[in-house]
Amino acid sequence: MSNILSVVTFLPLVGAALIAFLNRDADGNARWIALWTTVITFLISLLIWWNFDKTSAGFQFVEEYAWLGPLKYKMGVDGISMLFVILTTFLMPLCILASWESVETRVKEYMIAFLVLETLMLGVFCALDIVLFYLFFEGGLIPMFLIIGVWGGKRRVYASFKFFLYTLLGSVLMLLAMMAMYWHAGTTDIPTLLATTFPADMQFWLWLAFFASFAVKMPMWPVHTWLPDAHVEAPTGGSVILAAILLKMGGYGFLRFSLPMFPLASEQLAPLVFTLSIVAIIYTSLVALVQEDIKKLIAYSSVAHMGFVTMGIFTASQQGIDGAIFQMLSHGIVSAALFLCVGVVYDRMHTREIAAYGGLVERMPKYAFAFMVFTMANVGLPGTSGFVGEFLTLMAAFKANTWVALLATTGVVLSAAYALWLYRRVIFGPLTKASLKGLLDLSPREIAVLAPLVILTIFYGVYPAPVLDVTAASVKNLVQNYETAIKPAAAMLAP
Amino acid sequence: MDAAFYLPVLPELILAVGAMALLMLGAFTKDGVAAGRTGAWLAIALLVIAAGAIAYPPLQPATALAFDGSFVTDGLTRFLKVLILIAAALTLLMTIDDFARAKIMLFEYPVLVLLATLGMLMMVSANDLIALYLGLELQSLALYVIAAFKRDDVRSSEAGLKYFVLGALSSGMLLYGASMLYGVTGSVGYEAIAAAVQTDGMATNVGLTVGLVFVLVGLAFKISAVPFHMWTPDVYEGAPTPVTAFFAGAPKVAAVALLLRFTQSALPAVASQWQQIVIFLAIASMVLGAFAAIGQTNIKRLMAYSSIGHVGFALVGLASNNAEGTSGVLIYLAIYVAMTLGTFACVLSMRRISGNVEDISQLAGLAKTDLRLATILALLMFSLAGIPPLAGFWAKWYAFLPAIKAGLYPLAVIGVIASVIGAFYYLRIIKIMFFDEAAEPFEPVERNALAVMALSALFVVAFVVPFVGGNVVDAATAAATSLMPGGVR
Repeated sequence: MSNILSVVTFLPLVGAALIAFLNRDADGNARWIALWTTVITFLISLLIWWNFDKTSAGFQFVEEYAWLGPLKYKMGVDGISMLFVILTTFLMPLCILASWESVETRVKEYMIAFLVLETLMLGVFCALDIVLFYLFFEGGLIPMFLIIGVWGGKRRVYASFKFFLYTLLGSVLMLLAMMAMYWHAGTTDIPTLLATTFPADMQFWLWLAFFASFAVKMPMWPVHTWLPDAHVEAPTGGSVILAAILLKMGGYGFLRFSLPMFPLASEQLAPLVFTLSIVAIIYTSLVALVQEDIKKLIAYSSVAHMGFVTMGIFTASQQGIDGAIFQMLSHGIVSAALFLCVGVVYDRMHTREIAAYGGLVERMPKYAFAFMVFTMANVGLPGTSGFVGEFLTLMAAFKANTWVALLATTGVVLSAAYALWLYRRVIFGPLTKASLKGLLDLSPREIAVLAPLVILTIFYGVYPAPVLDVTAASVKNLVQNYETAIKPAAAMLAP
Repeated sequence: MDAAFYLPVLPELILAVGAMALLMLGAFTKDGVAAGRTGAWLAIALLVIAAGAIAYPPLQPATALAFDGSFVTDGLTRFLKVLILIAAALTLLMTIDDFARAKIMLFEYPVLVLLATLGMLMMVSANDLIALYLGLELQSLALYVIAAFKRDDVRSSEAGLKYFVLGALSSGMLLYGASMLYGVTGSVGYEAIAAAVQTDGMATNVGLTVGLVFVLVGLAFKISAVPFHMWTPDVYEGAPTPVTAFFAGAPKVAAVALLLRFTQSALPAVASQWQQIVIFLAIASMVLGAFAAIGQTNIKRLMAYSSIGHVGFALVGLASNNAEGTSGVLIYLAIYVAMTLGTFACVLSMRRISGNVEDISQLAGLAKTDLRLATILALLMFSLAGIPPLAGFWAKWYAFLPAIKAGLYPLAVIGVIASVIGAFYYLRIIKIMFFDEAAEPFEPVERNALAVMALSALFVVAFVVPFVGGNVVDAATAAATSLMPGGVR
């Protein structure tokens, strides 16, 4: 058990090597190897979850080895990262399945890129050394760039470059901040840095540098513009991974670095985050209303949903952070599912124009049901997982600042507007278009992909405790440390 | 005169004697082409033996002075010399087939490469202004000739001439600056100059400043730092590709080494003066390297601007003026040389039956026609762009780390932003290879070139493993301590 995190992280890489070296020109084998690798990875990650001690707030399964010079190869998970590890390993087999037939060219390379990407994503959530974290965080750009660029849609070159350069620009500033932290604290070890208190003015600049990276990744308004392009052009599997996991790295970064390491700056700059979050929630919801491309609509709705996450995180309260984490998890499931749903009809019709569809319920009742569950979850209907996160973050925001909560709540209304309208235009209405009349309903493979997501969406909507239990101890610890850190400052401000 | 007297200069002796022996061999062999091939292999062997002589501890004293203190050997010189020798040997390896095909594999070529390398080793070990100039000129004169080695080719002759004229100008400036320094301090030895500079009123002496500026300008020419870079794209484009590969590697290392030792051991007392210049050179090179490469269509010109940019990044370490900075420069050079050699091995492999092609658009769809070559080149491009976990990222990490320690925040911020802009043109090459429709396939990659590019790609990928990266970092750290007694954290 001592090296189990490294095993989980690097197992997909082994699978990728197998595909690269074992079989030449056999696309079928590449698919099966990729599927089995991701399934085994998922099972091992479940084993970790099984052995995870929910009552402990510290890092578990820690492994540490000497690396380059003073840097350490150190891995470990706490309640927050545990969830994201599971989310990643859970979604990967579904992505592979979803790409089973829709990816026809260069299947081998596609599977290799996905497996490498999985390793890098898992590394981000497990790394306990900032340089190691950065390595995984930035390394993910390489496979994602290729996935969008090689297997993407018409404007794939533009989208891949925009995605790559945008994210890189945000991240290099974070890299410099990491160097400054290293010289100040003398270490790159995350647990030690969590216990280090940085001077207030230094915190300010470090916070901004980290913010530059995570805000782009999240993405927050106004640096979100890469996302719709990347989402629309990426192949279905790529969109799923982008929405479900890559975006969560931003939120994870805020929780792992910004909030606990720079509490004073977080306190000081929280109004900035609230403002940007509200703009994201309202503005991108309005933008989503006028989209004519299904994928683009979902992409904008992702930005809006991430607004709730950032708002929840920077209330720095148990409820807000719990809600933000839950919202990320739920969005990971729901947006992944929505993109998969788009993939289903795209594979049949090869268009993402909303206007090209209508009345699908007559030909595809099962599809209509699945799509409805996810649409409702996207709206945040009680009883679906989307509700829990939004409700908790809004409640926390209400305590922190009534106006923030009030404005953010309008986003819930707007999300209902665009999501339901999308559903009506695609699924309901008369089935008039001749091209749609020959459509087939979900195939067994597609049902296998969507069914677990439907079940989880409803399960977590009704019974969110399993998730909140895992994070509870870590979040409580985080909030306590944060409050102790800002207390002296608050006392000084109020003489 | 015992053997110990010659031990510090053993690698140089091997190269000098070897070069003369090869010259004899060539002169007395009738078949010039066969002599060229044999000579090249013998030269590679000599370079490897010289590297071995440096790396084998009993043959190299830890720290020693020779020739009345004008020649120094220590940890720093050992690191750099091994790097230079490896780079020279690998480029020579790539050259053989290409030159044989162009029917210019003459025996003079390996001899000239050996002499140039000898000059570089002298530059690395130079401990006074005379030795500095001697080494520099020996290197430069040999390089002028090999730039024009394709005698019947107009572009090659032009490259040689251009390189010669501008190189001679820069040598002149350097010599002028050196004479000023000698005039002001009354000495040519680095230690003596350092001692003289520390005396009262010397730091504000105009003669010292002028001398310092001229020497730095001369050296900036040699490392092609902006604004003294104009010759680089033309020479890189015009010279035969294997020669360009040679130019981009070893001579850069030697010239940066010269700059390193000159600034830190002769002029530590006026660090604030040369630091300003180095910071300016670094910023200008990084920014121009990033922007100017965007519009290039010829891959050799693109690599020229890329090398300008990379010199800028290496200078960031020097500008920090601390022990970490010195080791950062060394790590940067090692990684840069590895990436550049691999890239040029790929450029050499851009070959059709009609001959070599240099236009970037010719790489279109390479992933479909030769996935192996495309993957290696893509890895090198990602690495040059500084994307983790590849070696290029570590080069940037170790270059910027000391700058942050020294508080040079604007320099660091400009640098990383320039690296993002630079990433664009590296990505463009990957885009052309992977996203575009396939062009006519290239001829199969030759064995020697494949060996070099595979080695380089392996290094780039495996740097993250402690066995590879850790050893390079440790060696560089140890080397830096010999120049900066303060040590590295």
